[in-house]
Amino acid sequence: MTPVVAVSGLRKVYRLGGDDVVALGGVDLTFNPGEFVAVMGPSGSGKSTFMQIAGLLDSPTAGTYLFEGTDASHLDGDARADIRSRRLGFVFQSYNLLPRTTALENVELPMVYAGVPEADRTRIALEKMEIVGVAHLAKHHPNQMSGGQQQRVAIARSLVNDPSLILADEPTGALDTKTSDDVMQLFTRLNAECGITIMLVTHEPDIAAYARRIVTFRDGHVVADKINERKVA
Amino acid sequence: MNLRATLRLALQALIRNKARSLLTMLGIVIGVAAVIVTVAIGTGARVQVQNSINALGSNLIVVQPGSVTTSGARGGLGTASTLTPADGMAIASLPGVASVSPMVTLRTQVVAGENNWQTTISGAAPTYTYIRSWPIATGRLFSQSDVDSTAKVAVLGQTVVGQLFGNANPIGATIVIKGAPFVVIGTLAPLGQSGTGQDQDDTVLIPYTSAMERLTGLTTVNQLMISAASADKIDAVQSEVTQLLESRHRIVAPQPDDFQVRNLQSIAQAASATGTVMELLLAGVAAVSLIVGGIGIMNIMMVSVTERTREIGLRMSVGARGKTILRQFLAEAVVLSTAGGLIGVVGGAIFTIVVAAVAKWPTDIPIGSVVLSVAFSALVGIFFGYYPAKKASELHPIEALRFE
Repeated sequence: MTPVVAVSGLRKVYRLGGDDVVALGGVDLTFNPGEFVAVMGPSGSGKSTFMQIAGLLDSPTAGTYLFEGTDASHLDGDARADIRSRRLGFVFQSYNLLPRTTALENVELPMVYAGVPEADRTRIALEKMEIVGVAHLAKHHPNQMSGGQQQRVAIARSLVNDPSLILADEPTGALDTKTSDDVMQLFTRLNAECGITIMLVTHEPDIAAYARRIVTFRDGHVVADKINERKVA
Repeated sequence: MNLRATLRLALQALIRNKARSLLTMLGIVIGVAAVIVTVAIGTGARVQVQNSINALGSNLIVVQPGSVTTSGARGGLGTASTLTPADGMAIASLPGVASVSPMVTLRTQVVAGENNWQTTISGAAPTYTYIRSWPIATGRLFSQSDVDSTAKVAVLGQTVVGQLFGNANPIGATIVIKGAPFVVIGTLAPLGQSGTGQDQDDTVLIPYTSAMERLTGLTTVNQLMISAASADKIDAVQSEVTQLLESRHRIVAPQPDDFQVRNLQSIAQAASATGTVMELLLAGVAAVSLIVGGIGIMNIMMVSVTERTREIGLRMSVGARGKTILRQFLAEAVVLSTAGGLIGVVGGAIFTIVVAAVAKWPTDIPIGSVVLSVAFSALVGIFFGYYPAKKASELHPIEALRFE
């Protein structure tokens, strides 16, 4: 089975005001299809940098990154954008829905860039909205929806291109406990029922507990990589 | 992403911000409307100037005899007696010539009953009123057979009618010119002053043959008035007439011509030079206003790119390439400026129609200037939209997503 994400010796160094800041100091990790991995760590641990590189939003300074078996370490911006539009889905802490735009149009957005024919877009978008339970909000604008509803719309948007990997960056960071539980249960269901690989970035142990594998970062290195016993059992 | 999808995305973005989009367009709208209005009124004025030039005579060419030198004293133009009605006939058969009228003019006293008046007697052919674009007011013009039979008939200008007959109907009355009685058969429509301030209505028109036989006693004429078939043939006709007369008068190279051929091109050229200056001025005003409008668009696009940084980041993270983002923002700028141009054309046209109706000014909206101003506004959009669009496309997705 080809791993979705396979990195080895991954380094990322930023130059900030003349100083080199090492964000990732040699990371080796492999995510297999169907995994639900939580990436934890305090701020500055490198977990966000890792997510950005894994999500092909950025390229590593050194090391190799195989995405679905293909070397993605040295792709240019356009090639990375093409992979993002076809193989990846993103869910952000602040939902990032376009304002003054209906939920349906927001969900359709990735398909516009992936070149999906117009006739299919609405059908696929409504299908995914149905799965996450927001089909009835199709004509609503983001400012007419609760935070939980907005995040569900954002999750539907991450699903429309049938991605092999969903990257969720603090997806419950702006939600209350009850809504956070609902959203995490949705992720769990998508992982279990649809077999989608999910990478969840969080600093909250309660949220990480929904994943079946927990990877902990500190100072740019992986310091722990454990199976979540409670979940697997 | 194809052009249609890009344009649709741009339209969606602009409609989302209706008020701002309209305000941004305003610069271009006003610029283009101003161009349309000034061009429309300017063209109208130009057409009017052209009409007044045409009123001097339709494509008029005048042949005058040259000067004679008597005992070393050189007479002025027209003192030689070299032009004959036969020259006129020959010229009439040239291609490009619409009509020819030999002219015999003299100033003399005209008597009608108890009144008398000194005026200009113009001996002419029936083609004269056509050449001068001078309609008959009442009665009729003399005919070719009147010319052939040296009939003693006269057509009076309005000033002469007033001086000799007052309010009475002159038609059928007899006037006496140099002792010869002429029957009045018609009157000319009022023409007013000439360009040099002469009263053109102070004249009596008679057949040129009658003028030669009864009044001057000469076999030559003072002038040949020629009307070219169209304005663009004037130059060709002028040189053909020159050649023809040189051969008829047996003039060889070093010898000076015993006649002179002139036309009204100098006036037309002055008018067209004025028009060109006006047009350059308008183009300048148009360019400045459209550039100002374009800077307005650039301003708003810059603000828009900053304001929508997170949106750009999101679009990139879901798979938009830098180039796609560039095209989208460029499309927004071009849609804004082109729509502004179109609205400006419509607004300018409405304003022009209102002005034309209320102020009774002649106006004309040339289709060329409409196409040009819309095309130019689209170009303004591309030019001023490129920089903000480029900035948007060069954003880093991560930084754009984090932007607060």
